[in-house]
Amino acid sequence: MSTSFTLNGKSTTLDADPNMPLLWAVREVAGLPGTKFGCGMALCGACTVHLDGKAIRSCVTPLSTVAGRKVTTIEGLASSPAKAVQAAWVKLQVPQCGYCQSGQIMSATALLETNPAPSDEDIDSAMSGNICRCATYSRIRAAIHAAADSIKV
Amino acid sequence: MTTNTLAATRPTRRDFLKSAGTVGAMALTIGFEWSSGRRALAGAVAPSAGAAFAPNAFLRIGSDNSVTVIAKHVEMGQGAYTGIATIVAEELDADWAHVRVESAPADAKRYANLAFGTIQGTGGSSAMANSWMQLREAGGKARAMLLAAAAKEWKVPVADLTVEQGVVHHTASNRQASFGALVKTATTMPVPDHVQLKDPKDFKLIGHPAPRVDAAAKSDGTAQFTIDVVLPGMLVALLKRPPLFGATVKSFDAAAASAVPGVVKVVQVPRGVAVVAKSFWAAKQGRDVLTVEWDDSKAEKRGSAALMDEYRRLADQPAVSARKDGDAAQAIKDAKRKVSASYEFPYLAHAPMEPLDAVVKLSASSCEIWAGDQFQTIDQANAAHTAGLDPQQVSIHTLYAGGSFGRRANPGSDYIVEAVSIAKAYGADGTPIKFQWTREDDIHGGLYRPMYFHKLEAGLNAAGELSGWRHVIVGQSIVAGTPFAGLIKDGIDGTSVEGAANVAYAIPNIAVDLSTTTTGVPVLWWRVVGSSHTTYAVEAFIDEVAHAAGQDGFSFRRKLLDQHPRMKAVLELAAEKAGWSTPLPPGKGRGIAVAEAFKTFVAQVAEVSVGKDGQIKVDRVVCAVDCGTPINPDIIAAQMEGGIGFGLGAVQYGAITLKDGRVEQDNFNGYRVLRMNEMPKVEVHIVPSTEAPTGVGEPGVAPLGPAVANAIFAATGKRNYVLPFSRAGAA
Repeated sequence: MSTSFTLNGKSTTLDADPNMPLLWAVREVAGLPGTKFGCGMALCGACTVHLDGKAIRSCVTPLSTVAGRKVTTIEGLASSPAKAVQAAWVKLQVPQCGYCQSGQIMSATALLETNPAPSDEDIDSAMSGNICRCATYSRIRAAIHAAADSIKV
Repeated sequence: MTTNTLAATRPTRRDFLKSAGTVGAMALTIGFEWSSGRRALAGAVAPSAGAAFAPNAFLRIGSDNSVTVIAKHVEMGQGAYTGIATIVAEELDADWAHVRVESAPADAKRYANLAFGTIQGTGGSSAMANSWMQLREAGGKARAMLLAAAAKEWKVPVADLTVEQGVVHHTASNRQASFGALVKTATTMPVPDHVQLKDPKDFKLIGHPAPRVDAAAKSDGTAQFTIDVVLPGMLVALLKRPPLFGATVKSFDAAAASAVPGVVKVVQVPRGVAVVAKSFWAAKQGRDVLTVEWDDSKAEKRGSAALMDEYRRLADQPAVSARKDGDAAQAIKDAKRKVSASYEFPYLAHAPMEPLDAVVKLSASSCEIWAGDQFQTIDQANAAHTAGLDPQQVSIHTLYAGGSFGRRANPGSDYIVEAVSIAKAYGADGTPIKFQWTREDDIHGGLYRPMYFHKLEAGLNAAGELSGWRHVIVGQSIVAGTPFAGLIKDGIDGTSVEGAANVAYAIPNIAVDLSTTTTGVPVLWWRVVGSSHTTYAVEAFIDEVAHAAGQDGFSFRRKLLDQHPRMKAVLELAAEKAGWSTPLPPGKGRGIAVAEAFKTFVAQVAEVSVGKDGQIKVDRVVCAVDCGTPINPDIIAAQMEGGIGFGLGAVQYGAITLKDGRVEQDNFNGYRVLRMNEMPKVEVHIVPSTEAPTGVGEPGVAPLGPAVANAIFAATGKRNYVLPFSRAGAA
């Protein structure tokens, strides 16, 4: 069985079980390991990718559901909010162990792409599905605000 | 900046490969102390040409000016790579932009943790403390050799040379040379026996917030964790373990699992039955339909409630003395006012974000392991034992660990041993196998922070002074039956009583006793180890005693800390920065706590508010820390912030409970941890110091729980004696 979709801007066909979660399809079949496995139940957000621009949990999304749609992983981030988020992450020295940060960055980018000036409450609601066991939360919050400021004209 | 030269294990990451390849091409490991083990690892990136200067086991300077620092410690988030590199680069006067870090091979001779003796490993917040003088000398001697090389080439006295950011200058003749240009001559210079280290006032990197060496790779998805390792022909294995601790395989039926497309083999190993497949998904599906019959005859079948009942009973039985000053029982008997309380602490899982994993390539004569390895030489020995090889035949590639909090530092090397046993059962034919735990495996898998029961009594004399203090601790030993059993002295496991037996308060009569229990539930150190429970008991109780004495919690503690000036200083600093004496509006409360853990002193003031529904929210935590010479203030702050968030999740929600021996939590739904919306505002204040540096990875966790509990009392009048707060209905 093969599934065709757009992965990081490129037409892609993956030959894999259509029930395989998108997470494992991008990691093990497409060879893009930036997206991480944390819980397998959409509880931690480490596997967050964008499906047609919206943040989704790839660990519970069967590969078949993305047929004909656009998937973006951390490797394919290119938008100006995405670049601002990544730059702010480095500037504010957000990562510790770093394992959850791909997912955090994907959630933060999806937030800024729809809401360029999020409030603390907006950040809470967009980011509370992403667990960081190192608890880098204060810096994530600060980095999202910094990224938002940096893309203001 | 890249930090790992094992890029060959991930051929899809072209850019990563390219940068690592560049370094590799320039670097030839010709150092005097460079052993064959090091060459074998370096072989993974095939250094083939060029010159390098490797004066000792900790650094290598390439002709391209790159300064590669070899880290004997794992980077699991705590900032060890950056700290290690900072120390070397400081004494070397290197250009920070040219500094990169790579992991050391397993080799206790060169890379032992000096705080552990002859073991290479990371833990006890010791990375900076044990590396401090070793790496300053490593950097300083290399610098001296580079200067000697320039002096020789230019025929000028060494005394006339200066170094700045990786460039040696001779001002009088207006000559300069980068480290890279001096590499060839430097390798011919003798290693000095002694070197003059810098005066701390001349530090340019130490004490300043050098950017983390891993921040960029951890912000674009290129940082390589164990789960990301890909090797040609690699298979993925999952292990089905017994639902009860101590149960074993009676029989299994592999038919359904073997029928799953992609499943290659189903093998029995000592800890269960493994499904080896071509992908994670196939292995997972195979494991889901695998049927195993377990032998429960020797399994632990008690529940945590029954265990706690037993602990409670044991607290009134005779126990082993961990400290005895004066006569505490008599002092309490004679006291004008008596206070008593008991505290219950649950089992806790570490739940690092990267579920445990290891890649093993095992053949008849060698075993190669890739892991976020925290106990390299212990894991090497355990892997060798499992494989039937000599430790020298086992090589370990230490990768970034996606969190640990103690979990990856386990004396029995559980997940490494499982991985090797699966590779062995598979046939030890050189097939690389990635062994992956799921989150459920992690939550069910044991090696928890032990459950404890604490009972405290105190007496206040007529003057309102604390005259007697009795503290009984009941719980499992972390180190009994492990290579660390030497930490048990006169029947006392130091990790069970640290933070309690050494209670710093000036109390004339103190008795601290320990009753060590045995259960079938495997336990392990968890971030800040003993102080994860002892500090809560001591600091929540002293608050209660202060209240009974009619005194303010801060000033009551302060008066008892004259003999501990550094502890007193952090207490005062936290109180001052938090505005301790300024009143809070109704519905809010402030609490304070102080701790010494791993020779680092931390005080925290928490501010909480009570919502209309009675829900507690921690609004703000002010933290003061004295960790000796601050190597990187930004990383110190990050570790305090992280420790506070980690500790807050644990005291609010963290609990592993057992029913008839079976763990009741499965994943992050049942085992709740802190989330973004619950993170308080954190302010960190670092005490300036020229003392030798101590660790920061763990100590920030210790005072958080009691500071919050004391703040909840200030806001509500309610004390929390049962952890987590959610179980006691107070959060």
